[in-house]
Amino acid sequence: MGSANREKFDNTVVEWIDSRMPIFTILNKEYGVFPTPRNFNYFWNFGAIAMFMLMTMIITGIILAMHYTADTKLAFDSVERIMRDVNGGWLLRYIHMNGASFFFIAVYIHMFRGIYYGSYKKPRELLWILGVIIFLLMMATAFIGYVLPWGQMSLWGATVITNLFSAVPFVGNWIVETLWGGYSVDNPTLTRFFALHFLLPFVIFAVVFLHVWALHVSGSNNPLGIEPKGPQDTLPFNPYYTAKDTFGLVVFMVAYAFFIFFAPDFLGHPDNYIPADPLVTPAHIVPEWYFLPFYAILRAVTFSINWYLIIGAGLCAYAFIKWMTKNKERESFFVKEYMVFVLPALFLFVLGAVIAFIPVSEQQFVDGELQYVGIARIIEGIRYYFTFDFLIPDSIRGTTEAVEMRVAIDALLIPISAKLGGVLAMFGSIALLIVLPWLDSHPVRSARFRPLFRIFVLLFTVSVGILGYAGSQPADKVYWSTCLGDAVACEALAHGGHGAGAEHHSDASATTIIKLDNTMLAQAFTGFYFAFFLIIIPLLGRFEKARALPYSIHEAVLGKEQRAGV
Amino acid sequence: MFIRILTVSFVLLGFSVQNAGAAGDQVSPPSQPWSFYNGPAGVFGYYDQASMQRGLKIYREVCASCHSLKRVYFRNLEALGYNEAQIKNIASEYTVVDGPNDEGDMFDRPGKPSDKFVSPFANDNAAKYANNGAFPPDLSLITKARAKGPDYLYALLTGYAQPPAGEHVSGGQHWNTYFPGHKLSMAPPLSDGQVSYEDGSPETLDQYARDITHFLAWAADPYMEERKKTGLKVLIFLLVFAGVMYSVKKKVWKGAH
Repeated sequence: MGSANREKFDNTVVEWIDSRMPIFTILNKEYGVFPTPRNFNYFWNFGAIAMFMLMTMIITGIILAMHYTADTKLAFDSVERIMRDVNGGWLLRYIHMNGASFFFIAVYIHMFRGIYYGSYKKPRELLWILGVIIFLLMMATAFIGYVLPWGQMSLWGATVITNLFSAVPFVGNWIVETLWGGYSVDNPTLTRFFALHFLLPFVIFAVVFLHVWALHVSGSNNPLGIEPKGPQDTLPFNPYYTAKDTFGLVVFMVAYAFFIFFAPDFLGHPDNYIPADPLVTPAHIVPEWYFLPFYAILRAVTFSINWYLIIGAGLCAYAFIKWMTKNKERESFFVKEYMVFVLPALFLFVLGAVIAFIPVSEQQFVDGELQYVGIARIIEGIRYYFTFDFLIPDSIRGTTEAVEMRVAIDALLIPISAKLGGVLAMFGSIALLIVLPWLDSHPVRSARFRPLFRIFVLLFTVSVGILGYAGSQPADKVYWSTCLGDAVACEALAHGGHGAGAEHHSDASATTIIKLDNTMLAQAFTGFYFAFFLIIIPLLGRFEKARALPYSIHEAVLGKEQRAGV
Repeated sequence: MFIRILTVSFVLLGFSVQNAGAAGDQVSPPSQPWSFYNGPAGVFGYYDQASMQRGLKIYREVCASCHSLKRVYFRNLEALGYNEAQIKNIASEYTVVDGPNDEGDMFDRPGKPSDKFVSPFANDNAAKYANNGAFPPDLSLITKARAKGPDYLYALLTGYAQPPAGEHVSGGQHWNTYFPGHKLSMAPPLSDGQVSYEDGSPETLDQYARDITHFLAWAADPYMEERKKTGLKVLIFLLVFAGVMYSVKKKVWKGAH
């Protein structure tokens, strides 16, 4: 930030300040003449829009804080007082409430643009990582902010989400009690959340400063994903992009204003207009819409993760990385040492999946005889030996001693419980964004020149949307089901589904119900989410043939007219 | 530790209740033609003052015996079309506990426009105790606190029916088509001819349900008209501004590509 090559300003006041602290020189350099690729499309508006939303949230938030009371007995009433008695209070609150949603809309589009056009690639890795950190801080701030009105969804959303941290080994309980400031979500939780909700936006602002700083070192990416080669490829930021950003911002504000004035509660939940009551649980606890995809990933892990799965996954990953990084001749893959890893890995995977996914039947033994035939018997056999069930003597089966032994064995066999697995998957899904620059080794940035990458990014975007839908629905919602086997028994199940009496039980064993429920939907798309980052992107990075890149931005933008002119 | 177990079990309970709710116990209320949803997406919505005045009458004569309206001031009734004298008159019909006075005693006085509606019970426990353990919720936010609030409220008030065959409704509960779970502690509060109207409107359950819902929709969202009027101005301004900025952008970019 030196002033060695400073040009003099005509205005004496500006010159007086600038000669002592070259703030005007810097502003002019970074926002006036800053060379910006000339070929941005409207996706490049959303950085500026996100900045506008951050400022909107900070300004309205500070004024709301002047009228808000962080006390469980008064918080709800103080918010209603803002809505009814504070001059313009309803407008301030609706701007802030819907602002959270529109901030996330802007940031999600901004992130999509970053992935689609490869903006995370060298030399912009740190810029991208700072962006992911901003996203994490936003999530924390938004979650905490939703607690402040102290409605039913505030209290119960906070209870569900903070309870997740208790799954963390060793320090889980300490984290939860520190978040709560006690033994449940209560007044100490509300007061500390208010303090943090006031603090975090300024932390975000600081990281946004770093984000913009890093941007101004590397310069912007652009829809072609090629670096500007000279002045003919760029335009000064002002007036070209100040004009374009302002236009885009105003269009965005039309949508934002529509929600503020005509559908202010559409994106919220009606239960949050009921004062929080620790004794009444809402029928359907859901987070804010912008968390739903991650909430779906959290709930998708309904199975505990045993050592077989972990070791199998580890061996697969090892073989995959070896193959990706060393072996140049693909055909030698099947004879090379990787087979040593792949076969045992697959074997362990099947074992682990059988143990984790197929529920233990209560009708395992009838009169001491194993009741299974065919594949069910094989599965039961696998379970018997590989969960070390044989260690439990037959003589004590059915006693509490046997149950205690089973629990002790499981503690060694299962390092990651379903709950911890869900938390790891949820945070992992965001952590993957941080390492994305190293997962994607493809030299071409823009999806415009990577036909396969383009398809998969669009599929990924759709699958995040489906995950969001899955997150909003009850876990056991059934989308499709069919009954196989004895027709009479199926009929009985279909009609007596609710109050199936004892007589149905014998019939039910002759049927198999195949169904697609919400958990399975979430699991399938969670699988795709992780596969996208961990398998598809690395594979495409290595094998995808990109289309020919244009020589320069200038040529791509002006090529047509030049050709027409010449 | 005990509290935590309790909390966690409540949460688990929450998830299981959520599943019960998904089993089809909730019937979506049909949409009604409300004046506050007038126009596409409700942009020209307005409150019908006559309907709200009748709704206030129903609230005071029927609902107020159990339900509070504790976030609404008497002075707010100006929005219903009452003048200052009329509001003073309505307020003075209530007895407000004020104090402590100079001698340290609480005392009763007639209500003033700056008072809020007086709740029928001293506290939530008293309300529960008087209603067989069922808490009659405060009505000041009721249309915002339910999905499709006004439609739901109208449907609930007109949705009492005989339980279908095979369903048992225990004493003190009433079958309602639109209540989640269908078993509602509130007896049918309104019936034809129950409240007399002075303006010649039909004294029917249907009209009563519309009027009380209209009044409570206003109570929950008193700035709706101001909000939508401001919104139209803001949208028109932003659209014009967007048009201006579009031509500015075009002019600036002329020749750049």
